[in-house]
Amino acid sequence: MNGNSFEPLRSASAPSEGSPLPVAKSAEPVALPPAASRVTRETLKTSPVPHERKLQGRRPHLAERLTELAIKVLAYSSVAAIVLILLFIAKEAWPIFTSTAIHREVTLAKMWFIQQWPGYDAPEHIWQPVSEIPKYGVWPLVVGTVKVTLIAMVVAVPLAISAAVFVSQYAGRRTREIVKPAIEFLAGIPSVVLGFFALMVMASWFQDLFGFDSRLNAVVAGVALSFAVIPVVFTVCEEALGAVPRSYVEASAALGAARWQTITRVVLPAAAPGIAASVALGLGRAFGETMIVLMASGNAAILSGNPAESVRTLSATIAAELAEVVFGGPHYTVLFTLAVLLFIVTFGINFIGDQAISRMKRKMGVAQ
Amino acid sequence: MKGSSLRPSRRPHVGDVVLWLATGFATLLVLVILAVILIDIIKNGAPRLTLGFLTKAPSDGMTAGGIFPAIFGTVALVILMTIAALPAGVATAIYLHEYARPTAIGTRMVRIAVNNLAGVPSIVFGLFGLGFFVQFVGGGMDKIFYGGDKVFGQPALVWAALTMAILTLPVVIVATEEALSNVSPDVRLASAALGATKFQTVSRVVLPQAIPGILTGAILAISRGAGEVAPILFTGAAYFLPTLPHSLHDQFMQLGYHVYVLATQSPDVDATRPILYATVLVLLLLTFALNASAIVVRSRMRRHLSRSHG
Repeated sequence: MNGNSFEPLRSASAPSEGSPLPVAKSAEPVALPPAASRVTRETLKTSPVPHERKLQGRRPHLAERLTELAIKVLAYSSVAAIVLILLFIAKEAWPIFTSTAIHREVTLAKMWFIQQWPGYDAPEHIWQPVSEIPKYGVWPLVVGTVKVTLIAMVVAVPLAISAAVFVSQYAGRRTREIVKPAIEFLAGIPSVVLGFFALMVMASWFQDLFGFDSRLNAVVAGVALSFAVIPVVFTVCEEALGAVPRSYVEASAALGAARWQTITRVVLPAAAPGIAASVALGLGRAFGETMIVLMASGNAAILSGNPAESVRTLSATIAAELAEVVFGGPHYTVLFTLAVLLFIVTFGINFIGDQAISRMKRKMGVAQ
Repeated sequence: MKGSSLRPSRRPHVGDVVLWLATGFATLLVLVILAVILIDIIKNGAPRLTLGFLTKAPSDGMTAGGIFPAIFGTVALVILMTIAALPAGVATAIYLHEYARPTAIGTRMVRIAVNNLAGVPSIVFGLFGLGFFVQFVGGGMDKIFYGGDKVFGQPALVWAALTMAILTLPVVIVATEEALSNVSPDVRLASAALGATKFQTVSRVVLPQAIPGILTGAILAISRGAGEVAPILFTGAAYFLPTLPHSLHDQFMQLGYHVYVLATQSPDVDATRPILYATVLVLLLLTFALNASAIVVRSRMRRHLSRSHG
């Protein structure tokens, strides 16, 4: 508290040299632009007001501080959850690397590389964990997952993005107030209900329509899965389109562009990161969804590119088989290994999606 | 010439007609899909939906009777889940929105965790619940308190609820944070100006205003929890139980799981079909009622806020 530190304050608030109190008072309007409360606190700290303690409010009680600490600790529960999830599924999968007892039946190499099985003419990728010679070739499952996911995305993405464009660019208020809650409602339908619908109703319709040999197949599962993906893509996409600054649209219109030109050449490119994010999040959802594919895909682990054949996905395999395995046995360990794979892939996809969203938000924030 | 090119044309551009039709058709198609699903379920489910169906237990190999145990189990599950998820979720949101510096490494870690938690496949939650809650925590409790007898170390209501709580945590966090950011900064400053501490401001000024938003989050979480099946497959749901669960370590029946069982494991599909449809209708009505009430609460909150902001 030497004289120097008072200097700027005094000169800023010239009038009274007498008591320090009025100095602080008249200094306040000058030192308090609308900016932020931190300025106030700085002023208070350096101000020569004798009662500055009271102005800062009373010091928090111990109980308050403890509650605040509890809040902080609880806030890390999500971090703890993510870490524990990875830790515990990895723990159950770990013996695939280390256990010799399990290596007698299955290794990572046997899962991923083609094997010659006794009784077969040529080497094959086969998933048959419950047979005399258990076979854990995962390629049929991986290909099945990719097939179903791809079909779901091919159906969902164009529909969802188009609907988002319509709702955010063309629809009037009343249309919007019907469509948005309706899609929210679609998002709220439990996946087991969509799986039920695909299994009981859609499969028969599709068979009548396309003449599939097997009633349950990748197309039925993929289309049913797309119903779960549409709301995810739509919601994120619509938000991204809505976040494009009005000034862009107005500038484009002022240059004489028609509405559709503005949409396709200004709005969509500006919202591109958000749209990419919506697709990524939809992909994550499709890849990990369990109940729909479990009920509607037919669950036959066939390695083929034909979408009309029955498929078995990674998630459905875990759901269908884990209930009947020996705890800690080779089959159990392999299923947890598949779960680790699912976790890592969806984590990666979602991470990319979230990065795209936050980049978009930053960009739009600057633009506005 | 000059004048006509400056005047906006009345007739819509061909490109606009095409784009309007294409996107409008896509929107209509999505609505039609939703309508077809709903109409089919309502048409086939409604005739079987009686009071007796809601209050009786399944009988005759699930081809007759009702679904009361499944309704009871679902309600018990979501209540326990909410008790676990709400405090953690609300605390996380308060920390993120009121206390944390947005650029701090810890804050970013929490955000990344929340976002990714929302994307973890539900079946992975099921495996985690089995590995962590049932075997590690439950098995550990059995060793310490019950001398190795199997009490908590098996699939149970409490483990399913905790697994589901982690799954729904992001829903609560996102909704609460939105509610907090809707509280005007003015009231925070006003409270601070009156000499309140940060904690007093948060607990007595900010939180009361955010309660409708937190409620929305809780309702959405319940709606999600009521419909998810994959996380409880291995952590507590039972195929069929003659009695209701009467303690935390009992297994339970659940509506979604009941739908799955009836649809895929019934020996006589045609005999169970009416019951199956009615069960789906009950599940759908439940989630619909929850979602609708969340939407109502949220829109009321928005209206209230926009009025108070002037």
